[in-house]
Amino acid sequence: MTREESSGVRDIAVVAFAQTDVLRTTDDVSEVEMLMPVLHSVLDRTGLKTADIGFTCSGSSDYLAGRAFSFTLALDGVGAWPPVSESHVEMDGAWALYEAWTKLLTGDADTALVYSYGKSSPGSLRDVLTRQLDPYYVAPLWPDSVALAALQAQALIDAGATDENALAAIGARSRQDATANSHAQSRGPVPQGDYVVRPLRTGDCPPIGDAAAAVILAAGERARQLCERPAWIRGIDHRIEAHALGVRDLTDSPSARLAAEKAGAFERPVDTAELHAPFSAQEVVLRTALKLGDDVRVNPSGGALAANPMMAAGLIRIGEAAARIHRGESDRALAHATSGPCLQQNLVAVLEGEPR
Amino acid sequence: MSKEPVAVVGIGQTKHVAARRDVSIAGLVREAALSALTDAELTWADIDAVVIGKAPDFFEGVMMPELYLADALGAVGKPMLRVHTAGSVGGSTALVAANLVAARVHGTVLTLAFEKQSESNAMWGLSLPIPFQQPLLAGAGGFFAPHVRAYMRRSGAPDTVGSLVAYKDRRNALKNPYAHLHEHDITLEKVQASPMLWDPIRYSETCPSSDGACAMILTDRAGAARAPRPPAWMLGGAMRSEPTLFAGKDAVSPQAGKDCAADVYRQAGVTDPRRDIDAVEMYVPFSWYEPMWLENLGFADEGEGWKLTEAGVTELDGDLPVNMSGGVLSTNPIGASGMIRFAEAALQVRGQAGEHQVERAGKVLGHAYGGGSQFFAMWLVGARPPQS
Repeated sequence: MTREESSGVRDIAVVAFAQTDVLRTTDDVSEVEMLMPVLHSVLDRTGLKTADIGFTCSGSSDYLAGRAFSFTLALDGVGAWPPVSESHVEMDGAWALYEAWTKLLTGDADTALVYSYGKSSPGSLRDVLTRQLDPYYVAPLWPDSVALAALQAQALIDAGATDENALAAIGARSRQDATANSHAQSRGPVPQGDYVVRPLRTGDCPPIGDAAAAVILAAGERARQLCERPAWIRGIDHRIEAHALGVRDLTDSPSARLAAEKAGAFERPVDTAELHAPFSAQEVVLRTALKLGDDVRVNPSGGALAANPMMAAGLIRIGEAAARIHRGESDRALAHATSGPCLQQNLVAVLEGEPR
Repeated sequence: MSKEPVAVVGIGQTKHVAARRDVSIAGLVREAALSALTDAELTWADIDAVVIGKAPDFFEGVMMPELYLADALGAVGKPMLRVHTAGSVGGSTALVAANLVAARVHGTVLTLAFEKQSESNAMWGLSLPIPFQQPLLAGAGGFFAPHVRAYMRRSGAPDTVGSLVAYKDRRNALKNPYAHLHEHDITLEKVQASPMLWDPIRYSETCPSSDGACAMILTDRAGAARAPRPPAWMLGGAMRSEPTLFAGKDAVSPQAGKDCAADVYRQAGVTDPRRDIDAVEMYVPFSWYEPMWLENLGFADEGEGWKLTEAGVTELDGDLPVNMSGGVLSTNPIGASGMIRFAEAALQVRGQAGEHQVERAGKVLGHAYGGGSQFFAMWLVGARPPQS
């Protein structure tokens, strides 16, 4: 939903972003230890302290940590004393940012700290993700995330929307772009490799990694005080589709298209798009659904094919898009996050910098 | 700046039981959602967004179950948010949904919370075998019992108070058709004679494990004007959190709980909660938490909460009824328990609580807490819309 459509009163911006390096294993640090430097970094960028923050919201998943209530200890890292106004979504941090955005819209807070983190390394991610499928009819068969993405890729190839060479080029471009991103996990020339699940090869699949990310939001004048060129959220919306793959057209993403429309993405062209497309074929789906022309710079950070930390990758897309606006490298950017098998749930945010 | 007033126009609950083997998780949540839609005389098409909450995914063994539940809750093509704030989640979920309406992002929102504990093993789900971190030992009771002891020592409360709460709540539950425990032969002596589980908490002073779901339809002023039955109006709502464990923490009366209540009272213009608030649906999973929270929420001075309980003030026909529905002590689908408190508060001000209705319930507080007494969510609802 666009800001103009909703309250029409408050401008809200991303004013700071920080992330860890994305690493295959982080055995030497706990989740809290992984998160702490990011929280300090994002606060330092604005000069704010925990006590100055009006609302805090985080995203994570117990299933990655392998234990219930894993987020409760992460809150200790925030330093929630005196007590803070705080909430948590069991979703990617992009949705935590959405909750924080609505909180700022109500006027109850002027600033928000949003963070998310995920450590995939303690378990086997492909196995773990099968546990988010329909628990009675599908999960007992353990179809893994790569196999499901391969169904989607094959459907696209069968529909004539892409081919294996085009998919390989997406992976190669992403990792080439990631050479400029010191936080990315897979950078530079990476061999396309053997089939993991046909038609997807190693190069079509995201690396499995651990990371944390944090963003600070601020409303109106507060944003201008905290950031030289705030990345104003002109609209943000998210939509979900049916869970069962059999009732979805895997070559399309109606939920991404609707979220983009509601976020106002189609009102004016964007110059940059940070897409959360963990598998190469998903970029093909999203480029069409989001009506991105060839002149749009897609995933200058390298995107999810270069680094895909669960629960943080979506928030990182928003952070990367905002950071480009902060640096003056973009004037209007689209940021996208996804969740669930084969792009089931999608969030789109439109960010703008003030004219220079 | 102005916020849109938020009204509760539909409430639905399942009959809470130990195991709903006749329905899937999807069937369970759909039952509560349909019941709320029926109450509001709305259809799925009237719902703009869905906000769902539950306590840890490990309780059913499904990771991020909202993905699988999107179809069952009519969310396809709509926004769907999933909240998780431990035991307070049912309350937090309602507040996140309310914010969508208050911010004028959506007009009408379905919010729902559930737990189907029979799908898995909650004791296992609560066991955290992490090195160098404090284990919760034998479930939540083992964690909270020392805090109850600390309260008794600090307040000088006689050790009979806990059983009074349990006896009251279990009798109240007999008047609530949705309550899990219907102990028709309950007596105070039976509560007092029940086995000691975590000293001083007895078996009958402990919440059950339930399967159940609770749903509410929240809407804006225009939606409330179309509602077929009287709406409950949100007069104030807040969340507060503090760290799990630290040297300065008061586990008996956490600062986050006090701050949360103060924020709600400020929003609602409540200056004297004991006088201004007519009844409370309070998160009391172990009986002693009634007197403890009476103090934490400002209904009694420090050390005085147990006196209200002992004097019968919190009885259904008392001056400040607490847990008219039977409370968490009678019904505990963990993820839904907080939302049931919020929904029961709304039922009271709508005058629709049936046999457990309190007369002249103009303003009722719904309260939830979670984690190591660190997450708090509360709302105050009233029969009349907010004045501003």
